[in-house]
This record gives sequence, structure tokens and C-alpha cells, in this order.
Amino acid sequence: MSSTGSTYGGSGVGAGDTHQATVRDTDVLGVSPVPAEHLVAEYVEDLGVFDPIVGKAQAIITRYPQSRSALLPMLHLVQSVEGRVSQAGIQFCAAQLDLTAAEVSAVATFYTMYKRKTCGEHLVSVCTNTLCAVLGGDDIYKALGEHLGSDGKKLGHNETAGEPGEPGSITLEHAECLAACDLGPVIQVNYEFFDNQTPESAVALVDALRAGEKPAPTRGAPLRDFRTAELELAGFWPEDEADYRATVDGPSAAVETLRGAKLAEDRGWTAVPYPDDVPLPEVEKK
Amino acid sequence: MTEPTTAPGPNKPAPVTPVLTKRWLSPTSWSIKTYEQLEGYTALRKALGGTPEQLVELVKASGLRGRGGAGFPAGVKWSFMPPNEDKPHYLVINADEGEPGTCKDIPLMMADPHSLIEGCVIASYAMRSHHCFIYVRGEALHCIRRLNAAVREAKAAGYLGTNILGSGFDLEITVHAGAGAYICGEETALLDSLEGRRGQPRLKPPFPAAAGLYAAPTTVNNVETIASVPFIVNGGSDWFRTMGTEKSPGPKIYSISGHVTNPGQFEAPLGTTLRELLELAGGMKDGIPLKFWTPGGSSTPMFTAEHLDVPLDFEGAAGAGSMLGTTAVMVFNDTVSVPWAVMKWTQFYEHESCGKCTPCREGTYWLTGILERMVAGQGTPADIETLLDICDNILGRSFCALGDGAVSPITSGIKYFRDEFLALCDQNAKTSAPALAGAHS
Ligand SMILES: Cc1cc2nc3c(=O)[nH]c(=O)nc-3n(C[C@H](O)[C@H](O)[C@H](O)COP(=O)(O)O)c2cc1C
Ligand code: SF4
Ligand code: FES
Repeated sequence: MSSTGSTYGGSGVGAGDTHQATVRDTDVLGVSPVPAEHLVAEYVEDLGVFDPIVGKAQAIITRYPQSRSALLPMLHLVQSVEGRVSQAGIQFCAAQLDLTAAEVSAVATFYTMYKRKTCGEHLVSVCTNTLCAVLGGDDIYKALGEHLGSDGKKLGHNETAGEPGEPGSITLEHAECLAACDLGPVIQVNYEFFDNQTPESAVALVDALRAGEKPAPTRGAPLRDFRTAELELAGFWPEDEADYRATVDGPSAAVETLRGAKLAEDRGWTAVPYPDDVPLPEVEKK
Repeated sequence: MTEPTTAPGPNKPAPVTPVLTKRWLSPTSWSIKTYEQLEGYTALRKALGGTPEQLVELVKASGLRGRGGAGFPAGVKWSFMPPNEDKPHYLVINADEGEPGTCKDIPLMMADPHSLIEGCVIASYAMRSHHCFIYVRGEALHCIRRLNAAVREAKAAGYLGTNILGSGFDLEITVHAGAGAYICGEETALLDSLEGRRGQPRLKPPFPAAAGLYAAPTTVNNVETIASVPFIVNGGSDWFRTMGTEKSPGPKIYSISGHVTNPGQFEAPLGTTLRELLELAGGMKDGIPLKFWTPGGSSTPMFTAEHLDVPLDFEGAAGAGSMLGTTAVMVFNDTVSVPWAVMKWTQFYEHESCGKCTPCREGTYWLTGILERMVAGQGTPADIETLLDICDNILGRSFCALGDGAVSPITSGIKYFRDEFLALCDQNAKTSAPALAGAHS
């Protein structure tokens, strides 16, 4: 079909000069906040920093029937190297998975756990969803923001106190419900749980982190750093067996978790015992 | 602590019925050694001695309903999987637990990961799947760690891998970490996410059993649903039905959080009431009276002290105008401002809206703005009607159930506490600070 206008379906509406054509040309490269070469599609970052993880990236791919499923873990892997998902990290994943950088970027920007700015040695996440907030989570977040701020300015969401990546640096964020409401208000450091917090205990916690200490989480493995947590999320665990067991066997048995089971034990309450020898039901052979 | 008054009798199950939680008190309950000493992997041996059809029939007969929120009968869902294997079949475990208030699957996977693994092997066998994925929210690192360890141990012991226990059945389990997005708990968004995409829901039909992961037949089940299966295999459907109600059989992990003396996890028969749960949890903290509560997460319309005796099973909660959801019982006392709590939840939905459909994406944005303004004391009575009007345009008009859930706190909050919303509107005239926590933050 011959098109009379320049719009979809041949309608003449809007077929005249476009808005762009009626205004003076803008020097888009000149006003761009990023260097001009970054706007060019083929711009390739130096991916050398990822050389040591190529083997791991390939190992992730083998876990799945289709390679693209490896993308989320691979983005965690990339964060274990750079403490964030950079443009280079995006290109690395794209190259490993035969995707375009745009496809990877679309995914990386969708999920909260992929950070665009380099994280501190530790990521401190404060639950400020309703239940924790009412028990003090909002106060904790506020206290930490003030305590970690500098020059009279509060530290904001996803901002870092100290030089990102350097020892003792801390990135602060408020988080949505962390599935630990019975232990609220909760904080996570590098995704390990610190339960039943108060503003005072939280301030003491970040002070210890800044001083290079590794306080033990209430539930979770002995504390390491954000990048190690990201490596584990990519599915790579300590290779030394003793270290590995120490992480797996890190505590989990909170009083709250066990409350019902303990109450039942104390009172002698049980479910009805199984009957003897219950066969599987008979079904007609097809 | 108050003594629970409901005494167990011959025909009445105990107030707490530890089944899923019965191993949690054992030392290193997460290790295969402990698990094997406590009945572990005996159900798998029994299941592999039967046929897939027998297992589907058993789960149907047990009446087990999905524990992820919607309560769909698990055996019926399994029976939708095609009997042939023209394409690979997949079992995907939804361990994305992100519904505000919900904290049952994560303790379960930490304390007893092998019960989930054993359930996965049995369910995969029943559905002829040879690859099972456990999609765990990324923030649950310790669970991911424990599940990985459990998979390693199970493999080394011959419960996973090729020719499991000499049965000829093969299964791989992949533990997959999410990356922080509540919407990935919605089963089709989860599948997109597992395929390495943005987690946005898919149009249904086709349902996952027809075209799920990689467009192949797939069943998505919640952690607690699948972890219940080994017990049903060992105890039988009649035993399972000794707990719970006719239409909602079995035990359920109720998570009680908020203003109670002893918050925590309590596994009780379905149909237990809040009054009974509060007794287990030592009553209201410091004796301050109950004001509002959710039966199953923030997406389930709130209840008040009027609803203390509503049986918390699928029918009971729905009959009283809410939903059972995830049995995440969040309890709030008299000190809490309802509009403030509603605002906080709405901010959550706004943040987590995936942006795919307009009613939810735009609606949650405007709802948040209006509620924030009201809570700041700048509301007008007309705002209440605007809120309800927006809710009306989201409910049933959104692409997935996140949008429906987002309006629950608002419509139920206004239904029971309209005066409190109205009082906030008057506040721009007054100078006195409100007495309720959060109302002026
Ligand atoms: C926004 C949203 C979030 C959800 N989150 C979860 C979740 O975290 N875990 C879960 O099991 N189901 C969740 N669901 C329900 C799932 O879509 C699905 O119904 C469930 O996983 C099916 O398992 P079941 O039949 O065993 O309950 C969610 C649904 C919606 C709409
Ligand atoms: S209802 Fe919300 S979360 Fe669901 S598809 Fe629409 S925008 Fe996405
Ligand atoms: S509200 Fe904070 S963990 Fe659920």
C-alpha cells in the first residue's frame, strides 16, 4: 500500500513537519552529561577487570537449560567484582550471554539489589515497611542517616559513608519487608540478619563496622563484606570445607522462629501420630 | 503469660500441631544427618515405589491447598501437567517471600531445608519433571546458603541426581537467587525473571502448566505447599485431614508479628482464630488493646477487634471480607494511626509496581501522593472519595493481583476507620499534634 503521510496506517494527521524539524538543531553531544563516546552504540568498555571471573560466568550458564537464565546470578557475580553494576559489567554479561547491552541494562535497572553506585564495604539495609516501622524501624533509619552523615547533612538512601569499597565504608538503604517481621525491627548487613534492633544498637553496629569489626549477625554466616555476599548470591561458596561449614552452620534458631515448636514441646502438644502403614491410593491403570 | 484455654481433646487437634515445624528444635536441624534421623527421606522411598498418578491422587485427596496466598488445590494443579513428555516439564518453587508481614518460608528453609528438597523430589516425580528450580528472594542469603548445602548433601546421599535410589528417576535442583523485586513472587513474573528478564507478569492463559518456563509445562508452588508433601506421603490424606477444616485441611504456619507479647511462628490447624493465636502469643503487648490486624499480609484487607473469632482458613477469612493470604498475622495496637499504616503500605506498592499496566503504575503513584499529603495534615474530606475512586479503578482492572492487593489496605482502612482519615483532614486547621504514632511524621 502506498503511504500518503509519514505516520502509521497512512493517516495524514501529524504528517507535516515534526516537532524536531521545526526547532533549531541542538548540539545533543555538546549538552550530554556523559562523554560523547559513551553515546555511540559501539563504545566498548575495558572488560579486563572481569577476566578472573570468566570461568565462573560460564559455570553459571551450565546450571540452566537456556543461557539467558544465568543473567540474574551473573549480575550478582559482576557486583562481587566492582561493588556495583557498571556499564562495563553490563557489557560483560551481554558478551557472555550473547545479548545486547540494552537487554542486560533493562534487566539490571529493574531490580533493587543491583546497585548503580559503588557500594561500601558493607551494605546496611534497614526495614522500614509498616510493621518494622511501627516498632522503631523508621527511627533506626533516621538515626543511622544522621549518625553516618557528615557536614551537617544526613546520609541518604543508597549513599555511602566513607570511600566506597574502602574498609569501613558503609552504604545505607531503607528496605522493604525482609520477611523477618516477628523479629522486627530488623536490619541486614550484607544480607545477614541483625534482629530486634533499636536506634542505639544500630548505631553501635555501624560504629563497629566502621572500626573494622565484624559483629556476629543474629541469623546468618559470620560477617564478611558486600562483595562476598554477592559472590555467594551468584552461587559460589567458600572453597575451604571448614569455612564453608562455618557459613552454613551460622545461627538461625531465633526464639521467635521456634516459639510455637517450643510451646508445643513444653505443653506436650503434638499432631495426631501417623497411622501405621498407609498405602498410596489405588488409581486405575491408564 | 495467659494459659491457652483450648485443651486438646480426642477429636480436637492440639492448639499447636508441629508438623512442618516439628524438627526445628533439633540441633543442626538443617543437616542431612539430623533430617535422616527424624523420618527424613522415608517419604521419598515410599513415593518412588508408587506411580506419579498415585501421588497426584494422594495430594488431591489430602485437600492440600496452595500456601502462597491463593489457596489453589495443589493436587488439581499438578493434574494439569500433561501426561506426556513431549517437552521437558519443570517444577518451580516460589520462595520469593516478600508480601509485607510474611515470614514463614524463610524460617522454614533455614530450619529444615531438606523437607523442601524432599518435597521437590516427590513433586517432580509426580509431575515427570527432571529439573526443579527454587527461586529464592536474593535478600534471603542464609536460606540460599542452607538450600545449596542441602542440595549438595542430598546429591551425595543419592536423593538427587541420576537414578535416584535406584528408581531410574533423575532430577536436578537449581537454587536461584532473585535480585529484589516483590513482583517476582507473582508466578508468571517469577518465570520471566527466571528466564533472565525483567520480572513482569505474563498474560494468562496460557497458564504455566501449558506454557511456563521456556514455554514448557511448568508448575509453580509455594515453599510451604511443597514442604507439606513428604508428611502427606507418610501420613496419608486422612491423617492430614485430622487438622484444619473440611475445605481447608492441614496445619499451617501462622506468623504473628507486631504488638503481641511473644511474636513468632506458630504452626496450628487451619481455621484457628486470632483469639486463639493471641493466647499462644501471650496476648497483646503491655495490655494495650488491639486496633487492627491483617490475616495474611498487607494485600489482605485488614480486620479489627470485631474479627477475633473469624476462623482463619480460606473460607472463613473470605467470608468475613478479607483473604487468608499467607497467614501473616500483623497485629497493631491502639497507638497506631491507620492512615499512617495505610500510607506506608501504599508506598510499598508504589515502589514495587512493575509498571506494566497503567491502573497500578499510575494509581499507586497518586494514591501515595494523596495519602502522604493527608498524613502530613493537609488532606481534605474530598481526598477520601478520590482515594476510593482511584482504588475502584485499580481493583479488577490491573494486569495482575499486585494492583488488587494495593487497594486492600486503603479500602479496608477507610471502611473501618473513616473517622480517623476525616480527623486528619481537620488537622490543617488545628495546631495540636496528634496522639497517634506516625500520624505526623
Ligand atoms: C504480587 C504477588 C506476589 C506474590 N508473592 C508470592 C510469594 O512470595 N510466594 C508465593 O509462594 N506466592 C506468591 N504469590 C502467589 C503466586 O502468584 C502463586 O499463586 C503461588 O506461588 C502458587 O503457589 P501455591 O499454589 O503453592 O500457593 C504472589 C502473587 C502476587 C500477585
Ligand atoms: S498490576 Fe502492577 S505489578 Fe501487576 S502488571 Fe500491573 S503494574 Fe505490574
Ligand atoms: S516489616 Fe520489616 S521484616 Fe517485615
